[in-house]
This record gives sequence, C-alpha cells and structure tokens, in this order.
Amino acid sequence: MSIGHTLLALLESGPCHGYDLKRAFDARFGHDRPLHYGQVYATMSRLLKNGLVEVDGIEHGDGPERKRYAITDAGITDVGRWLAEPEKPEPYLQSVLYTKVVVALLTGRDADSLLDAQRTEHLRLMRELTRRKVSGDLADQLICDHALFHLEADLRWLEITAARLDQLAEAVRP
Amino acid sequence: MTARNDEHGTPRPGRGPADRPTGPAGAAAWFRDLRMGARFTVAGGREGLLRAVLTALAVGLGVAVLAVAASVPHLLDERDRRTAARQVDTPLEFEQPGHEPRKSSGTLVYRDAGTDFRDKKVGGALLRPEGADAPVPPGVTDLPRPGEMVVSPALGRLLDTDAGKLLRERLPYRTVGTIAPAGLVGPSELFFYAGDGRLAPGDGAVRIDHFGDDAPGLPTDGELVVLIALACVILLLPVGVFISAAVRFGGEGRDRRLAALRLVGADGATARRIAAGEALCGALLGLLAGAGIFLFTRGFATHVTVRDVTLFPSDVTPSPALAALIAVAVPVLTVVVTLSALRRVAIEPLGVVRGAPTRRRRLWWRLLIPAVGLALLVPSTVAVARSPFYGPVETAMVATGAALLLIGVAAVLPWLVEACVARFRGGPLPWQLATRRLQAGSGTAARAVSGITVAVAGAIAVQMVLSGMQSGHDRPGGSVASWSHVKASYRPGTPEEIVAYTKAFRATPGVQDAVAFVEQYATVPGKEHDVTTVHVADCSVLRTLARIDSCREGDVFVATEKDGEVNTAGRFPPGTALEMDGFERAKERGTPAYRWTVPASARVVETLPGPTGDHQYGVLATPSAIDARAIPDARTTVLARVDPGDRDDSVERFRNTAAAVDPGMRVWRLGGVVKENHLAAVEEGLTIGAVCVLALIALSMLVGTLEQLRERRRALSVLVACGTSRATIGWSVLWQTAVPVALGMALAVGSGLGLGRLLLALIDERVRDWFAFVPLICAGAGMIVLVTVACLPALWRLTRPEGLRTE
Amino acid sequence: MTRSPAAPSGSLLAAAGLHKAYGPTTALAGADFSVHPGEVVAVMGPSGSGKSTLLHCLAGIVRPDAGTVRYGARDLSALPDAERSALRRTEFGFVFQFGQLVPELTCLENVALPLRLNGVKRREAELQALHRLEQLEVADARGKRPGEISGGQSQRVAVARALVTTPRVIFADEPTGALDSLNGERVMRLLTEAARDTRAAVVLVTHEARVAAYSDREVVVRDGRARDMAGVGLS
Repeated sequence: MSIGHTLLALLESGPCHGYDLKRAFDARFGHDRPLHYGQVYATMSRLLKNGLVEVDGIEHGDGPERKRYAITDAGITDVGRWLAEPEKPEPYLQSVLYTKVVVALLTGRDADSLLDAQRTEHLRLMRELTRRKVSGDLADQLICDHALFHLEADLRWLEITAARLDQLAEAVRP
Repeated sequence: MTARNDEHGTPRPGRGPADRPTGPAGAAAWFRDLRMGARFTVAGGREGLLRAVLTALAVGLGVAVLAVAASVPHLLDERDRRTAARQVDTPLEFEQPGHEPRKSSGTLVYRDAGTDFRDKKVGGALLRPEGADAPVPPGVTDLPRPGEMVVSPALGRLLDTDAGKLLRERLPYRTVGTIAPAGLVGPSELFFYAGDGRLAPGDGAVRIDHFGDDAPGLPTDGELVVLIALACVILLLPVGVFISAAVRFGGEGRDRRLAALRLVGADGATARRIAAGEALCGALLGLLAGAGIFLFTRGFATHVTVRDVTLFPSDVTPSPALAALIAVAVPVLTVVVTLSALRRVAIEPLGVVRGAPTRRRRLWWRLLIPAVGLALLVPSTVAVARSPFYGPVETAMVATGAALLLIGVAAVLPWLVEACVARFRGGPLPWQLATRRLQAGSGTAARAVSGITVAVAGAIAVQMVLSGMQSGHDRPGGSVASWSHVKASYRPGTPEEIVAYTKAFRATPGVQDAVAFVEQYATVPGKEHDVTTVHVADCSVLRTLARIDSCREGDVFVATEKDGEVNTAGRFPPGTALEMDGFERAKERGTPAYRWTVPASARVVETLPGPTGDHQYGVLATPSAIDARAIPDARTTVLARVDPGDRDDSVERFRNTAAAVDPGMRVWRLGGVVKENHLAAVEEGLTIGAVCVLALIALSMLVGTLEQLRERRRALSVLVACGTSRATIGWSVLWQTAVPVALGMALAVGSGLGLGRLLLALIDERVRDWFAFVPLICAGAGMIVLVTVACLPALWRLTRPEGLRTE
Repeated sequence: MTRSPAAPSGSLLAAAGLHKAYGPTTALAGADFSVHPGEVVAVMGPSGSGKSTLLHCLAGIVRPDAGTVRYGARDLSALPDAERSALRRTEFGFVFQFGQLVPELTCLENVALPLRLNGVKRREAELQALHRLEQLEVADARGKRPGEISGGQSQRVAVARALVTTPRVIFADEPTGALDSLNGERVMRLLTEAARDTRAAVVLVTHEARVAAYSDREVVVRDGRARDMAGVGLS
C-alpha cells in the first residue's frame, strides 16, 4: 500500500509524468532500492482504476507515450487517512514510518501528531506485551521481551525523530 | 621544607618507559608540588577561602598564645629589672643606721612611706637630698622639694577623683610631676616620691648614694613552680591539639581533590607533597595571623592585672629564640600532622579509602597514657607531705604527669565516643539519625572535640588550683579578728606620746575605741619556750587592759586571762627574771638583750578584752618600772575598733591619723582585707582562652558538619520530599554535635576535677570550689546550639527540592 | 495542540495550568495532569522537558508559580509547608532514581523511617517495614546499610519505603534509571503489583518505554506542557 500512497502524496504538489514520479520517489525514499518503472506503471494504473488519480494529459514523442497524472480529491483524502492511521507496530517499521513522516512534511500535514499517534500505538502494544509477560511463564517472558525490545527501539526512533522534525522539514522542503 | 627527598627524587626502576618525560624530579618536584598545594589553599573559591581563613585564624590564635607564653621570661625579667632599679638597701623596720654612706653632696635620705588605701597597696618613699648630686630614682627627672611629690599616673588619677579624697588627706603634698614607666613595675601601680625637709637617718630612714639593688632574687616557691609548669602544659597542649585540628579543616574536601589529581596521574608521593604544601601554606598564613593577633592583643596588656600589678605592652615581647622556635615548629607540626593523618588514608585515583574503617579503636594504649601520667603525679602528692619544696626532678614529674594525663584524655575520647555511640539504639527519630551518623564515622567529630576536652580539662584543673590557693590566702588569721579591727605599729613611744596617740586615734571620726602601748616579747633566760609579752603604758591605759583596782606610776602587774589558754600568773609569777632580745639584725649589731625582773611586788590581775576583743595577757608595766627605751626592737602597738557601719572610710581615716603621726607608721586591718583578687586575671584569661578554643572548635565542627551535610544533600532532599519536617533534620544535626561535645565535656570535667584535686594535693590545699567548671559547661552547651543554628541556613538550602534534580 | 487531560471527574490528584520557572529556565508552562485511584500514569518526555518538575509540583514538594494542584478537596499549592509535609508523609510515597536511602541507617530503619515520622513506635514500625521488605523480596538486606547492598536491592528497599505507609499516591521519578533491564523490570513489577494491591495511584516519571509499558496511561511532557496520549490517534 505504501508505494501507492507515497506516489499519490508526491502528486499532491502538482501533476507529473510517471517517469518524473519515479525520479522523485527514488530521490527521497529509494536510497537502497530504486523503483522499477514497471512498478510505477502498475501502481498508477491501480490508482487510476480506484479513482484516486486521473490522467491529466498524454504526450506523444519519440518513445512510448507519456501520461501526465493528477491527484483527485479522493486521492488527497486517502493520503490523509493513511498518514493519520498508525501502523501496526511490528519490527522494521522505520522505512514506512520515515516515508510517512516525509510525506506528511511534504504535503504540509502535521507530522507531530503522526508520530504521537504511532508512539501511543507502540506503547499500547508494549503494555499488552508487558501484561502478558508479567502473568506468563518464562517462555512467554522471553518472547515478549524480544518484541518489547524491538518496539522500544522503534519508539526511541519515534522520539528522536519527533525531536528532529524541524531539521527534517528543512531538509525535505527545499 | 624543601629538603630533597631522594626516595622520591630518583626515578625507580620498572616504573614506566624511561625515555618518556616524567616531569621534574627531586627538589624541583617538591617545589612544584608544594606550590600547587599552596595554590589550592588560597584559590579554592569562596569555600576554600573560608577554610583558609579559618585555618589561619585558628593557627594564628595558637601562635598568639605561644607568643605570649614566649614573652613570659622577658616580661618577668623586665619587671624584676625595674623593681630592682628603684630598690634601696632599706634596713629593716626600726633598725638603727648600719653601713651607710657618709653624708655628702651625692647622698639622699630615704624612707619607705608605703601605705594601703582601700586594701590596695600604695607604694611610696620620702626623700631628702643632702646635696646637688643626690641620686634620683628611676622614672623621676627632678627630686620633689619638701612638701612636693611626684606620683605614678594611676595614683595621680586616683587622687583627682572623689574616691581618692581620703588618700589625698594622707598625702599632704603638692603633686609636681609623674613618674615615668621606667620607675614603675606596671602602668596601674600606685606609687609616689615625696620630699620631706626634716627627714634624718634613723627610725627607718636611711642615707643612700644610689638607687638600685642587685641582691639576687628570691627562689620561686613550689606553689608557683607547679602553677607555671601546669599553665604551660595546659595552655600549650590545647594549642598543639588545636593547631593540628585546624590544619585538618576541610580535610575531606582536600582528600577528594587529591584523589582527582591521582586520577590524572599524580603518584602517591606527589599527592602527599601537595597536601604538605597546603598545610604549609595554612601554617604560614597562621603565623602571619598569629603575629597580627599578638600585636593587637598586646595593646590590652595594661588591662591585665597579675598580683596587683599590671603589665606594660612593651613587656610582652617574645624572646627572639622562642619566637624563632615558634616560627619553625608550627609549620613543621602542621606538615607532620598532615602527613601522619594521610598515612591512615589511601588516596586512590577513584576516591579516598580510609584505612580499616571497621576496625574498632583499641583502648589499652589510650589508657596507658593517662595511667603513666597518674603514676607520675601520685608519688609527688605523697612526697609533698614530706617536703614542700620542689627540685627540678619533681617539677618535671609534675609537668609531665599533668601533660600525659591531658594527652591521655584526648586519646581516650575517640574511643569513648565510639564505644558510647555504638551502644545507642532506638530513641526518637532525630536521635537515631544522629547516632547512626556518628556510628558510621565518629572520628572527625571526636578529633575536633578532643581539642576542647584538653583545653577544658586543663582550664578546670587550673581554676580549681587557683581558687584553692586564693582561699588559702584569704583564710582568716585568728578567731579574734573582726573586719572592723585595726592595728598599727611604730617605734617605741614615750609615755606622753602613747597617751597622745591614744587620744588622737580616739578622736578620729569612725574610731570607736583605741589603745596604745609599747610591747615586746620576753623569755625566761635559759627557757626559750617560756615566752610572754611585756606591755608598757601608763595607768590610764593599763586600766583598759586589765581589771586593776589601784594603779600608781611604778606599778607592775601580771595579767592573766581568766579561763585563757595560758596560765600567765603560774608561769611568770612576780619575781620571774625576764630577758628581752632584739630581732636577728639587732643581735648582729651587738645590741645587748635587756634583762629585767618582774618585781616581787607585782600584783596578779585579770585581763579585760581590749578594743579589738583580745586579751593582752602577760606583764603590764608602768613606764617608770621599766626602761622601755632600752628594750631592743620594742614597738608601739595601737589597737583600735572602727565603726562597722562606716568601716572602709573609718579605716582610711585611722590610716590618715597614723600617717599624720608619722608616715612610717604601719597599719594593718585585722581580717576582712578585701585584696584585689590577684589571680582573677589568670582565671579570667583561662576562661576566655577556653571559650575561644571552644568557639574555634565550634567553627571547625561547623565546617565539618556542613561538609557532611553537603555530602548527604540528596538523602536529605529525599527525606524532605518524603515529608520529613526540617525540624527533625535540624534536631538530628543538634544531636550529632551534642553527643560528642557532651561526651568530651563529661570526660573533661571528670579528668579536670581529678587533675585539679591531685594538683591541690601537691600544694597541700583543699578543694574549695568543685563547681568552677559550670561556666565552661554552659559555654559548651552554647557551642552546640551555635553550631546547629549556624548549620540551619545551609540545611534549608540543601533540602530544597532542587537537590532532587538528577541532571 | 495541548489537549485537556482526561476528565478530572473522579480523579484523585489533578493539576491544571501549572507554571514553574527556575530563574530564567521555564520548566512548566501551563501543564495539566490528572490521575485516578489505582491508576498508573507514566510521565514521559525528553530530558529537561519538565517532567520531574511536574512530579515535584504534583507531590507538593515544589509550589508552582501558577496553577492549582488538587488532591481530593485540597489545593496543594495553597497549603503551608508544614501541611504539605504532613501530606507527603502520610498520603504519598516516593521512589527516586538513586541516593534516597539514609546511608547511616540500616535498610530496615530506612523503611521504617516514614512510619516513625508519623509517630509510630519503633518496634511496630520496624515490624511493618520488615513485612514490606519481604513483599519486595529484599528482606535479606534488612540489617545492612545502603552502601552494602546492590543497586537493585536498594531500589527495592526504596519502593518498600514508599509503600510502607500505604500511601494513596506513589511518585516514582526514574525509579529504574540506575538499574539494568532485569533489575529494572523486577522493581517495576513489584512496584505496580504492590500499588494495584493497595489501589494506590502511581505517577511514574520515566524516559524508558519499557518502564512506561507498566503504566495504564501515558502523559508526554514537551516544552513544559503535558500531553495526555490517551486521546491521540483517535481523531
């Protein structure tokens, strides 16, 4: 889901071609794994089908035809919903969370409350795990602890990100 | 102090790579480290400055006391020198002129005219120069002419006041000048020289050609030797204890500082050298402060009265050798104390490890010290019964014994505090907090208090000795004397003179009754123990002395006291041959004894109580029955009773009458003499000194307690956060101070009383004041309160919630 | 953006609009807070955010410059020092990060201390203290002094001390801050269990999520304002 939402969010700043979308995505989020053009194309057609984007125009040139996509109102609402909904806490969330934070900053949404919501969600799960741990046997304790330590690491990341939000906003908003 | 120490100076093998620079070695290292230590002393912020000032003040006080002690020899010398300089070779009373210089232009007739005024001694002399080159007494520029006098400043002031009115009548001379300090023993001495144109040698007057007497001084009596030895020990011991306590002010902070230095690579020897530097700096500041304090307090020397005589500030000058000794000994002492204290402490890079903190203090060696002291003192008490005089050995024994006893007290105290505190359990909360804190480490408190203990124990002992001696001096002489009885004595008078004196004295306002007669002792030849008195006076006088029915000139009576102790009539019945002899010097001169036989016609009569209430038993003779002038060293005695309601003035008027008869007439009060307490100054000084020591130790305890509180800042803040009232914590601070001080005081009182009792036994006196220590106890209690109160602001500050902040 | 805290109705301890400055440093700038009986509330936030100050104000250790702290019917910020002390002594318990035990007293005496401050006889106080030490699994240390026991033990002694008066609110300021994970968890388990047993509320200041996970609810203090996280994310 997240690539679709990210591309949608990138469209919020104005209509653009699929190729430009890939470049913009790679520049901000694709540090390790750049998007394949096919991925962009497939995602955009799904978004188009769901009515979240519309084709703004088609250019005919030497190569293949190039469609210009624009976000619809439904698309904007969808991005907002995605950002507001905390992720289910699980290990290795950082890339999604990072993406969301940057997206929020890019689209001028409140990244702070995004982070707060996420930390509340993390802590809620941690409470649950802690409860299970306290009442469980040793195996439960060890398993819960594993999860807890990972969640704690995420939570620390959330806190440190929250503390550096201003810096980040400057970096992503040229 | 900058001596090279080879052990530290040469690098030891196997101590790191030899080619690396290791900093200066030898003397240079010493110098560097000492200087660094000195810097720590003076540059430690506000707190470090306070510590430095405290140390300097404390050491300074000690140094000042030492300087005063070092001035004593000079002071005594000066006084003796001035006393001797104005002395004349005065013959004893009534002595006929002996080996006097011939009359010339360089001679002067001198007669002692000392008197007493309100029980205070007024020294003086009558002078008549016999030529232009007559000697002039020291301190006097021009000899007073007849009818004039020169007076000491103090006498001049007294004569100018109303209080001196009666004395003015006695000294009917015009004051023409003052006597300079060179002629006085002390600034408040009452002294005069008056010119008398009719003065002739004889009757106590002598012809002299110079002032000054180089007769050797009297040997000091045992009492004084004990007192001086003791005073030195008692004054100097606490000073030592105190100085060594003073250089440990802020010791814990210093240890932490040294630990931090160790962390950055200073070795143990360096740390010790830095500590020595700090101590040395404190000691030097202390020496400076001491010099200041000494010079400042010396100005007050005029207010100090010792044995009726005050001191000139210039008399209080330390002898150079002793001053040099102080200047060397104090820094050495401080460094030695610091280094020896550090031996028990391992300053490690990560902190300070106090040597074996859990080891219990051992008692036996602590008890050994006072036990040896007692062993030295007790035999001396026994010895005093045999001979009241002291040799150097006995003196040394007494001084060492007293010193050991006091040092022992200081040594026992830490053990006592620890042993007592270890037994404390439970009790109210503040008490528990305090005792637990003391249990955790009572050493610092005990060390501080041991200074007090020595000082207070010493002060109590000396006070007891002083009050014992004093009451010894004031003890009533005989049962008959009462406060309103006066006696005067003079050369033998003629019958007419005797009658005239009696009349004159009876006419003196305030004199209720007076009688005069000539008297001398008489013995039965060959029986030296049969002694009686022969009284010579006319019938009118004799009738007042005995129940005489008829009396005519030429009669002799044997008067016996009814129910008296002496059976005069039985032992010296009429017809007994008597011999009247002069005193020793009259014998030397070859004046023959006067032999006389009580006539067989003498009647036995019963005595009557005289004006002073006592019975003049013995032989009563009318002037024509005996040649009174031939009796060697006979004297006229005047007995009088003055109005008890106006006693003091009446006595002075009696003296005035006596002086009018002759300035040489001696007057005594029989009992009731209110001598200015000549030891009061010593006693007062002792109390002041003890209180000063208490105050300084209070300061040092304050510093220690504050340091301790600061260390516990967090625990204190938490206690307050938990709802502990500050009063509870305040009380715990009070108890924490009070327990060691109270124990120290108890020990001090116990040992002080014991020592005082022993010393009084040494001088064969009884204890007269068991409660001389009470003011010191009060001072101790005050000190506890003061320390606590002074801690409170810091306590308030430390228990603020800010103490809870962890960042 | 600061939401009003969970409705103060039925709350045991509630603060509103707290302001506190230390010299030029503002520690609290309009913080609100409330806690219900038996509730464990974690106060989180970065260092220097004012969370300890919030705790100090709530506990009546520090008087806020402005705002109110209500405990039951009483306004703590208006009470005189003596009454606040008495309240802390009787109704509140405290656990701090370290250094809270009186070093000279034995552990048992340390735990008995609050009771004795309340005038309980020594024997009785120490009996109850021993009971608490047993509950906190640290009865072995009763005769030892704080310097002679481990950090975990001394924190458990501290918790025992906080619990000994059966307080209605326990204030814990980084109670595990000086402990390793295992010891920290143990202290937290024992603390929260004991608090639930006695229906005591716990105000737990911590920056550790795993410690905060023992709470029922969390409040984040940021820039001197307290943000109740219960309502976040539901919008």
